[in-house]
Amino acid sequence: MPSDSRKSLGTSRRRFLGQALTAAGTAIVAPKVLDPNSAAEAQQPLVNRHLPIQGETPVTLMINGQSHTVTIEPRVTLLDVLRERLNLTGTKKGCDHGQCGACTVLVNGDRIYSCLALAIMQEGRSITTIEGLTTGEQLHPVQAAFIENDGFQCGYCTPGQICASIALLNEVKRGGASAVTADLTHPPESLTLSEAEIKERLSGNLCRCSAYNGIVAAVQQVLGQTPPSPAATILVQEMTG
Amino acid sequence: MKNFAYVRATSAEDAVRKLQTNANSQFIAGGTNLVDRLKVFLNTPVQLIDVSRLDLKFIESMPDWGVRIGALATNTAVADHPQIRQDYPLLSRAILSGASQQIRNVATIGGNLLQRTRCPYYYDTAFACNKRQPGSGCPAIQGINRMHAIFGASDRCIAVHPSDMCVALAALDAIVEVESSRGKRQIPFDDFHRLPENTPDRDTTLQAGELITAVILPPVSFAKTGVYLKLRDRTSYAFALVSVAAALEVRANRIHDVRLALGGVAHKPWRSAQAEAFLKGKLANPEIFQQAAEIALQGAKPLTHNGFKVEMAKRSIQRALTISAQGGGVA
Repeated sequence: MPSDSRKSLGTSRRRFLGQALTAAGTAIVAPKVLDPNSAAEAQQPLVNRHLPIQGETPVTLMINGQSHTVTIEPRVTLLDVLRERLNLTGTKKGCDHGQCGACTVLVNGDRIYSCLALAIMQEGRSITTIEGLTTGEQLHPVQAAFIENDGFQCGYCTPGQICASIALLNEVKRGGASAVTADLTHPPESLTLSEAEIKERLSGNLCRCSAYNGIVAAVQQVLGQTPPSPAATILVQEMTG
Repeated sequence: MKNFAYVRATSAEDAVRKLQTNANSQFIAGGTNLVDRLKVFLNTPVQLIDVSRLDLKFIESMPDWGVRIGALATNTAVADHPQIRQDYPLLSRAILSGASQQIRNVATIGGNLLQRTRCPYYYDTAFACNKRQPGSGCPAIQGINRMHAIFGASDRCIAVHPSDMCVALAALDAIVEVESSRGKRQIPFDDFHRLPENTPDRDTTLQAGELITAVILPPVSFAKTGVYLKLRDRTSYAFALVSVAAALEVRANRIHDVRLALGGVAHKPWRSAQAEAFLKGKLANPEIFQQAAEIALQGAKPLTHNGFKVEMAKRSIQRALTISAQGGGVA
C-alpha cells in the first residue's frame, strides 16, 4: 500500500490505531483495579441500610477508582446509573435481561451483568467499566488485541466482550474451570486454554456481527498463545516510523 | 419495574424477622433471576430484604459427614471449590453447564434453588398463566410447548424447572436447611421442589417466612464417577431441552449403586427411582443401559411439540451411564 494512501487516514484515527498497536507490544500490565487480589473489596465503609429506604436516597459507588454519589431509587440498576446518571455510556444496554452480555462490567475484579444488578446493592464494591481500562492514553492489552484481530464490526457488544475477556484471563490464572474442562482438578492454563474453552467461557456475550473468530484470536494473543499478526506489526512500524 | 423499599438484613434471624413484619417483602441475594422478573412485573414486592451480605458464604466439610454449603456461596465459588471438584464433580459440572460466568459469579446456591421456570407464557404477562395468576388458565397446553414437561405435569401447568444445579443435587440426595421464626428445619431434596398439581404457583415446599441458609451434600462414595450431560438448542448459555445427572458405582463390571436424575422434563428435578432399582446388580453394559433408559422413560407423556424429548432423554441416559461407568468426565 502506497504511503500516500496510508496518510489519507484521518489523523485522529491514525493516532488512535498507533497507540493501540503500540500498547499491544508492551507487557501486560493491567490497571490495579483489575487485579482481584488487590481490589479494594469492601474497603469503603458501608452505609447502614438497616432501616427501609423508601424513594430516592444517596448511593455512593466506587467506579474506575473514583467515588460517585447519585440519588436514586432502590430499583435502579447499576447499568442505568452508569449510562443515565454518570454518562459512562461505554457500557451498553442490549437486552436488559442478562441474555446478551453487552452490559458486562467488573465488580471486585469479577465479571457481572450490570443490567441484573441493583445499584444500591453495589455499595462498598469496586466497579470497573470499559472507561476504566486505559492507563493514561494507553489502551489495555485486551483492547489493543481486539483492534489488531478485528474482534468487532459494529462495536456495540465490544465493551462487554472486552470486560468479559479481561475477567476470563484472571479466571484462568486462578484455575477456574468451565463446562468443557476435561479434568476439573487440573484446569487448563493460559498457554493450554483451547479454542473450545475460550468459546465456552465467553458464551455469555453475544455478537450480532458474529465477530467471534476475531474475538477468539484476540484472546489467544493476549493469552500468549499467538504473536500479534504480521499485518498488524507492519502497521505499527508504518505508523510509529 | 414497580418501585419497592429496600432494607439490608444484619443476620438470618433479622432477615426472617423483617420478612415477618412485612408479608409483601421478598429476599434478594444475587438477584440474577429476581431482578429480571421485577422488570417484567412478574413480582411486585413492596420491600426487598437484601440478604446478600449475611455470613452464609461458607463451603465446609462436616466431621465425617459430607459438605455444608452456605446459601450465599456463589455458583462459581461452589463449582470451583477444590473439594467439590474432587469429591462431587457432578455438582461442579452441572453448575458450569448452567447460565454464563457473569451470572454464576453473582447467583447464589440458595437463589438457584428458587429460580423460576422460563416458560414463555409465564414470562409474558399478556398471556394467562396459572403459575403467575392462579385460575387464569394455561395457554402452553394448546400452545408452543416444545420446551415443556413430559413427566408430572397437570392440566393446570406443564412448565419445567430450569436449574441444572438442582438436577445434580437431586441425584446426590442433598438436604436443604431453612430457618424461620419457628426455628430451623431440614428438607430432603426430593421434597423441596414439587409437582404443579392444582397449585402451580407454588414451586417448592418452603413455608411462609422461611429463609434457605444452607445445602448439605451427604457423602456419596461413588460421586466421583458423576457426569452431567446437557442437551440444548445451542452449545452454551441456553436452558436444557433434556439433561441427565448420573453416577455409577461399578465393581467387577457389576453395578453396585447408581444415581440417575433428569432435568428439563418436569416441574422439578426428575429422579428415576425405577431405573436405579433396575440397574442395581446388573452388568454395566450398553444393553443394560438401554433397558434402563426405556424404564426411565416409561410413563412419559409428551405434548404436541416436545415428543422428541422422549428419545433424546433415552439416548442421553445411555451416554451418561456409559461415561460414568468409565469413571466420569465431560459427557
